[in-house]
Amino acid sequence: MQHLRRSPEEIAANRARYEDHQRKGLEFAPKALPAPSPLPAPPIDPALVLHRETLPGGWYWSTRVKTGETLRIAQEQGFSAISLIAWNAAETSERLNLVDTVKVQWTTALSKGRVIFSDMGRVMFSVTEDSSGAHDCLMGGSTAASNEAKYGQGLRNSRDNFILLATKAGLDRRDIPAALTLFAPIRVDADGKFAWKPELLHDGDYIHLRAEMDMIVGFSNCPHPLDPNPHYAPKPVTVTRIAAQPIAEDDLCRTATAEAVRGFENNAFANL
Amino acid sequence: MSDFIQTAPSRTLDKAVQDHFIAAEAPFSTIVRKGQTLRIEDSYGQQAIDTLFYNAGDYSERYSNQDTMREQGAAYITAGTRIISNEGRVMLTMTADSCGRHDTSAGACSCESNTVRFGHGTKYLHACRDNFVLEVSKHGMGKRDVVPNINFFMNVPIEPSGEMTIVDGISAPGDYVELKAEMDVLLVISNCPQINNPCNGFDPTPIRVLVWDGEA
Repeated sequence: MQHLRRSPEEIAANRARYEDHQRKGLEFAPKALPAPSPLPAPPIDPALVLHRETLPGGWYWSTRVKTGETLRIAQEQGFSAISLIAWNAAETSERLNLVDTVKVQWTTALSKGRVIFSDMGRVMFSVTEDSSGAHDCLMGGSTAASNEAKYGQGLRNSRDNFILLATKAGLDRRDIPAALTLFAPIRVDADGKFAWKPELLHDGDYIHLRAEMDMIVGFSNCPHPLDPNPHYAPKPVTVTRIAAQPIAEDDLCRTATAEAVRGFENNAFANL
Repeated sequence: MSDFIQTAPSRTLDKAVQDHFIAAEAPFSTIVRKGQTLRIEDSYGQQAIDTLFYNAGDYSERYSNQDTMREQGAAYITAGTRIISNEGRVMLTMTADSCGRHDTSAGACSCESNTVRFGHGTKYLHACRDNFVLEVSKHGMGKRDVVPNINFFMNVPIEPSGEMTIVDGISAPGDYVELKAEMDVLLVISNCPQINNPCNGFDPTPIRVLVWDGEA
């Protein structure tokens, strides 16, 4: 098969550009990102609370959220991992995209100051507060089979929960994106094996996700497949929807990295 | 470009029931039947091969990177990995791997994500997600059916800190993976055109796809 290769000069120029870019990506974030948010979680001004929902262990919930509003997801009644998916409310073919989220930010470890991308190069959420920095972008949630292998039959799982909530939003199982699991302290060792790192979690952990577009957001409150607890024991999780507040010019999430700045340029253009 | 490497007595070129060369940067799709063995060959080396699988009888069942990673408890794909669908079923089993390192965490490049990653000047470059959309549209699917994929021969190390980056591929000319189909699958490939990172040495090259019937 005939194939014309690129010139060595062209390849060298592209490589130099990437290496410069990689250096900035890997070195910039650790300098710019702040410490985890303080515990206990500060109170929320009651005037700003639009809605509060407590998700029982094993259950699901979905909500609409408008641009600028914040979701506080909090472990007020004990530990539980909770999985999350999201769609652009105006165009549901645009959805949570974790592979782009980790790739463009050079890390699988989401934490305060990071953003979460859609598949269209736009920012869906800003992580404006986060006390743990221990969330799983890779493995996803539980399924009927993963639950059965660990606990036996008949327990609620995230895959089926997502089918339920997607269907109730008029969507289909085809529309369920790979899920982000909050409060799941997953790390990868040198061989690529996953490990659960309980030392990254704290009592009363919480995260604030500020919506950067109008969305449908779905939650499933089920144990992560690597949760070492041999008993199926998800605790209720509280989700508080907080009214939009003004966003400062130097907002951390909008300015933390060059990638976030460009993502927000894409958001701004989509809103013209 | 390498010579053909024979991995089993019956796996000769003349016995292949499918033999495709896929040009640099091009999309491709074909059906692989249950029991058949699929070989994806990195003919020139250091080429990322973005790959998706769909159940040929029901496209709503498709490759799931999260289910695949969860089932094997590891982030990388290699020999022995079972390729798992979003319904938790085994689609294919990886039976041979001459390279040893394949990614399924970093997804496919797109015009849109390239603007974020590399700057808006890279928007008008050929990208894998466009390839995928064009190819799955031939089968009645659309963008919502393009899910996180496997990047065969792409090297994306993930550090214990979570740090991840795309580094030079370690595949040599002729390196291959072989997968045995456990159901009839639609194979969809984007032979990655990305020239902004080293997934293909900044020089996309052609690849080869072969299929053999199961051994009696």
